[in-house]
Amino acid sequence: MSTKVYVPCDSSALSLGAEKVAQAIAREASSRNIDIRLVRNGSRGLYWLEPLVEVETANGRVAYGPVQASDVPALFDAGFLDGQQHALALGPTEEIAYLKNQERLTNARVGITDPVSLDDYLAHDGYKGLKNALTMAPADIVKQVTDSGLRGRGGAAFPTGIKWNTVLNAPAEQKYIVCNADEGDSGTFSDRMIMEGDPFVLIEGMTIAGLAVGANQGYIYLRVEYPHAHRNLNAAIAAAYAAGYLGKNLCGSGKVFDLEVRLGAGAYVCGEETALLESLEGKRGMVRFKPPLPAIKGLFGQPTVINNVISLASVPIILDKGGAHYRDFGMGRSRGTLPIQLAGNIKRPGLVEKAFGITLRELLYDYGGGSASGRPIRAVQVGGPLGAFVPESQFDTPLDYEAFAANWAVLGHGGVVVFDDTVDMARMARYAMEFCAIESCGKCTPCRIGSTRGVEVMDKIIHNDNRAQNIQLLRDLGDTMLAGSLCALGGMTPYPVLSALNHFPEDFGVPKASEAA
Amino acid sequence: MNQPVWNKDAVAAAIDGLKDKPGALLPILHAIQEAVGYIPPDSVPMIAKALNLSRAEVHGVISFYHYFRETPPGQHTIHLCRAESCQSMNAAGLEAHAKAKLGIDFHQTTADGAFSLEPVYCLGNCACSPALAIDGEIYGRVSPERFDEIVTEVRAQA
Repeated sequence: MSTKVYVPCDSSALSLGAEKVAQAIAREASSRNIDIRLVRNGSRGLYWLEPLVEVETANGRVAYGPVQASDVPALFDAGFLDGQQHALALGPTEEIAYLKNQERLTNARVGITDPVSLDDYLAHDGYKGLKNALTMAPADIVKQVTDSGLRGRGGAAFPTGIKWNTVLNAPAEQKYIVCNADEGDSGTFSDRMIMEGDPFVLIEGMTIAGLAVGANQGYIYLRVEYPHAHRNLNAAIAAAYAAGYLGKNLCGSGKVFDLEVRLGAGAYVCGEETALLESLEGKRGMVRFKPPLPAIKGLFGQPTVINNVISLASVPIILDKGGAHYRDFGMGRSRGTLPIQLAGNIKRPGLVEKAFGITLRELLYDYGGGSASGRPIRAVQVGGPLGAFVPESQFDTPLDYEAFAANWAVLGHGGVVVFDDTVDMARMARYAMEFCAIESCGKCTPCRIGSTRGVEVMDKIIHNDNRAQNIQLLRDLGDTMLAGSLCALGGMTPYPVLSALNHFPEDFGVPKASEAA
Repeated sequence: MNQPVWNKDAVAAAIDGLKDKPGALLPILHAIQEAVGYIPPDSVPMIAKALNLSRAEVHGVISFYHYFRETPPGQHTIHLCRAESCQSMNAAGLEAHAKAKLGIDFHQTTADGAFSLEPVYCLGNCACSPALAIDGEIYGRVSPERFDEIVTEVRAQA
């Protein structure tokens, strides 16, 4: 029997040379007349070990990493196909502490299966949620999601079940399920990992959403920066159609659900749900006024469920194991798990799916191992470019929507970007304003004009031009943007700007409160 | 100045194959840029006619999105990430190096037509910062030395 060897096709693994490693393994096996089966899995999310090669042995899968193509002959010599020792040997994959201590619900299969193999998906509990949903009344499906306590994982944390219920009760001939796969936040890649590593779970989640609210058409709005996700989604959708898991007669039930991927075109604001809908309709990605909510008047004016990738990919396990199973993870009003992404200047970057309640300190040091540079961690930005900078004094805050809100911070999509003590926080504040100016859709004045004025004010502060007055002006501008912007782009840009100013005033030329006294 | 020559049949086929989809404009623009490398300004009236839009509306959509371009790109397009995660790993240094090495700024093309340089705000490769993409292939942990190697490799492919 041929030995199974796994080399990820995840784009981050590819960015570190996984393709050359896969080719080298195939070449070496062929020249040694050894029969192997090369599987291109998703990534386990242990990115400091990528490219991570796994071999299936009698004692389960064992890992080697980080492997470069030049290491491959030596791995064969050492007998890695039998799980033998080598300098890069990491032992049984599931025993690696970083992975072992996680609670992988949404990412249960990512890194384990062949992402585009429907058989593999079915063999690993795939489509069990849909099987259950097909026997249930729409309102009962919605109730399971409501009971799970799932809140929108895109960042806004709105209860998913309540959104679905609104669409269910909105009378219309045509309704839509739209997946927001415009994962534009720096420091985030969990949507990408799902779409590259387990696209069927997203397809299944969207199909269940369609059954729940009476929608027969779904769209995945995918950012153009994710070509590998695009390929895997399309391959999985084709396989699902071929096997009757999508289309005019779902699993022989007579129910209909069609699904199509649409590409964005590099506009960050299209991650905002109403701008996304405009873009899907073929227009400029201009934010809409709310109300009406998309649940009432969404895509092409019809009731629309619009959810993030992780929200929808969490639905199959909820329908498989029940809302209560999912709800039993987490704390307070933050139920279930969050795929946290450790990024930036960190020694062990990667995906950590944990129940809510873990602290930043545990993530940064127990999982992340401190900074990559070896210097002290000074600040972390949680929740993308619109998230606050968090200082060391708040590292013991548990990951919980409400606990973060109490610190005037956000969890957002769960991205954690680490900065060491060489960071200049005034420069980061300036960048936040600059980014808002570049990406503003231009519909509302606080965002369109405020961001440009914000860059100018930051330049004056940095160059010590009327510094005290300009810092006051920056605060006033922040208030205006917070209160007056149409959407979160303008409305939350003050989070990084003012949190940088409040927690790191010395970088703005203002003595710290404790030193000033 | 002469407009570069572009394949009108490819554009017409792209429009024809997609115009009946709901919200067809972005798929059409993607198909044209995929086939031609950019959206030729002269193709705007063709798109507008097929979708019953004004030319201004089509132009407005093209100009809204950073990804669409109305001029021919170099043989290879380098998308260099400027976002926070990459900044924390010295993306600014990489950006300065890349611009100096290629002798161009963002949104420009090298004199020999080999490379265009565009900023990008996150490639989702934040666990392997700093990152860049060339023609859709992503590279991680790119030091200035690695940048030079990649550019040499890509040049050799051409």
